[in-house]
Amino acid sequence: MVPDLDVSIRPGSDIAQAMVPDLYVIQKVRKETDDTFTLELQEKSGRHTLSYAPGQFNMVYVFGVGEIPISISGDPASPVLVHTTRAVGTVTRVMARLRRGDMVGLRGPFGTGWPVREARGHDVVIVAGGIGLAPLRPTLYEVLSHRDEFGKVVLLYGTRTPSDILFREELEQWRARFDLEVHVTVDRADSGWRGNVGVVTALIHKSPFDPEKTIAMVCGPEIMMRFTALEMQKRGVNSDSIYLSLERNMKCGIGLCGHCQFGLFFVCKDGPVFRYSRIKDLMVKREI
Amino acid sequence: MPTTPLYRIERAGIDQIINSLWQQHFTVVGPTVRGAAIELDELHSTSDLPIGWTNEQTPARYRLIKLPVESLFAYTVSPHSWKRYLFPPILKLCLARKNGKGFHFVSGGNGSVGTSIPEAAGEARPYAFLGVRSCDLHALSVQDKVFGSGAYQDEYYRRTREQTWIIAVNCTLASGTCFCVSMKTGPKASSGFDLALTEVITQHEHYFLVETGSDRGRTLLEGVAHRPAESAEVSMGEELVENASQQMGRSLDTENIQEILYQSAEHPRWDVVAARCLTCANCTMVCPTCFCATMEDVIDLSGTNAERLRKWDSCFTMDFSYLHGGSVRSSVKARCRHWLTHKLASWIDQFGTSGCVGCGRCITWCPVGIDITEEYRAIRETYVTNTATSSTKEANDGNA
Amino acid sequence: METLERILAEHPFFKDLSEPYLQLVTGCASNVRFEPEKFIFREGEEANQFYLIRQGRVALQIFAPDRGQITVETLEEGDILGWSWLIPPYNWHFDARVLELTRAIALDGKCLRRKCEEDHNLGYELLKRFAHIIEQRLSSTRLQVLDMYGA
Repeated sequence: MVPDLDVSIRPGSDIAQAMVPDLYVIQKVRKETDDTFTLELQEKSGRHTLSYAPGQFNMVYVFGVGEIPISISGDPASPVLVHTTRAVGTVTRVMARLRRGDMVGLRGPFGTGWPVREARGHDVVIVAGGIGLAPLRPTLYEVLSHRDEFGKVVLLYGTRTPSDILFREELEQWRARFDLEVHVTVDRADSGWRGNVGVVTALIHKSPFDPEKTIAMVCGPEIMMRFTALEMQKRGVNSDSIYLSLERNMKCGIGLCGHCQFGLFFVCKDGPVFRYSRIKDLMVKREI
Repeated sequence: MPTTPLYRIERAGIDQIINSLWQQHFTVVGPTVRGAAIELDELHSTSDLPIGWTNEQTPARYRLIKLPVESLFAYTVSPHSWKRYLFPPILKLCLARKNGKGFHFVSGGNGSVGTSIPEAAGEARPYAFLGVRSCDLHALSVQDKVFGSGAYQDEYYRRTREQTWIIAVNCTLASGTCFCVSMKTGPKASSGFDLALTEVITQHEHYFLVETGSDRGRTLLEGVAHRPAESAEVSMGEELVENASQQMGRSLDTENIQEILYQSAEHPRWDVVAARCLTCANCTMVCPTCFCATMEDVIDLSGTNAERLRKWDSCFTMDFSYLHGGSVRSSVKARCRHWLTHKLASWIDQFGTSGCVGCGRCITWCPVGIDITEEYRAIRETYVTNTATSSTKEANDGNA
Repeated sequence: METLERILAEHPFFKDLSEPYLQLVTGCASNVRFEPEKFIFREGEEANQFYLIRQGRVALQIFAPDRGQITVETLEEGDILGWSWLIPPYNWHFDARVLELTRAIALDGKCLRRKCEEDHNLGYELLKRFAHIIEQRLSSTRLQVLDMYGA
């Protein structure tokens, strides 16, 4: 009987480069909310800075535990690599206990990015829900660093409660700008909260953007994205101009393991950012 | 008259081929009897082949039956497929080793080239596949696309595949679950082989027709006793292969298959399949084109060494599509629908060919005998009926 | 200085309402102003008005003994506050607390209820408009209840 083969991949070959992680050292760990944390990473040798597009993700490896896809949430112009994630599974819970000086493995960047370049000359509406703000933050950085190339820029952000708001200081700074509109809402709050309470989609109908020249980028729980896309369309934004970022189980991140399939798409390589017109029929099919 | 010349060799010629390949350091693997089934394993001579055996395959049923002749290839596909050599069930990707606060990769990764792990097996082993049926030949080219046409490629697959000898065998009989004719993948091997054999057994003779398909195939044949085949022999071979075409146990109409399946996500037939399916994943294990895999991390007792392994996986498992909170496809219905739709339709959008080669293994090895051709037929019939009804209605409305 | 009638006519809620009805509604309208922290109405009170918010922010709140005062929705400029005046037994189901100085147009619900009983066409026009608002609020509330950001 032929034994199941147990052969090491030789270094230097394609799959070795793509499937063997690079080594990164944790520079900083920040607890964002109860269950969300941010890692700031630097490649171990210090010689390599990851070049990525907003919206892309890395497969992050925790020694002996496993790998998960995490969207990059930092500034593409900065040499510091930033990942923000929720501690909800085996790998992320161990990752949440790592500290400065610990190491992780990293493969990437993978996937399609947000249409930042295509949005030039347009109004930009960013709608984020919960942890969905993390994959959208790099877009905001990039748009703000080329601010005059865009029309109105609006950020709509919804979370469960005020204590779940991510990047609060940054949001307040952004809100203070004259060339950016920021509206934050929560699903519920105690009486200490003086801001908006309500679902994030309710912010859309009175938001000041021109539907005919808007590019919308949406990220959050799938239900939230579906309803946001509908509200955007009600406002008159074409489904071609709405982009969503999907999430699926990923094992390889490079389109070879089959796990992340969504209909005929591989979320790791055809996405995670998808034009809404391309996937809207699939999105309403259950368990697809 | 075939366009490429055919030669005739005897059984001893096949032994010569096997020997020659071993001498050139190729591991010859092919069908052999193991217990109650024909499986793939090392072959050292023709006596390792299933001499005088044929197989009976119907839904959920596989039997070996003895024949009164000393045939070498009188059966069809085994539960094993050639993917187990090119896309191994378990593959070690890398080994991480703790050092101080961090860790490094002992094989692969940055900065650690040159250190080999104690049990490193080295190069991909060069194989010679003897007895590849046309459907399986197509399965190889389907996997070539899966693993070799994307931005990231499976290098192990490519390196192994590149060197692998393919000695194909044209089927002279079909089994109850075969439908290569519908999928246009057989029974005659048309390309992609080094040599292709057709076994001819008549009342008085037993010989093999050989077609060469590559330079090294031609060279190999030079070293074996052979002569050009006579036209009667060639005709005999053609007739036998044509018999196989006529014997197909199943059929599948591939016209418009993508649209039909994409529009049929809510077809009630999925509930029928789901009520029977055990999600045992047999179909995906025996399918020669299924490629899903998972990565597994195995850490040793000392906690110092952590291996990353790639292992075969199946979309039928409960947590295949797991996301925090639950699986996307948690119902049996969703998983059956996914596999079938992917195999017959989405695959075409993803890789340019169907994922199904009509080998029938999934039908034979399903413990409850679910038949992909029957399931699809039921779905297709509804679609065709509905489209006919609506166009009749449109025509009538136009006349109103 | 804009007249009440003009303000109401230009508000999307009263769009396409015929001239005579608009005048009728204006007859039941008045300008009001609420200071921060004040309650516009409280749960259980008789609901005899509804409000068209012109400026400010109002929180719809509910009190739970173990959790305190919880805000379930905030309303602001352009929003309509209150529909319980239309539906028996005409009691408020929530507290409405002012978060920011709020100016609004108050519409006399008691008076309008009587007029709707007298003229069912008016009733239909108003109910149509409120049905739309209730539907939107229900949709939004459902999404909030889903706790979609949760684990």
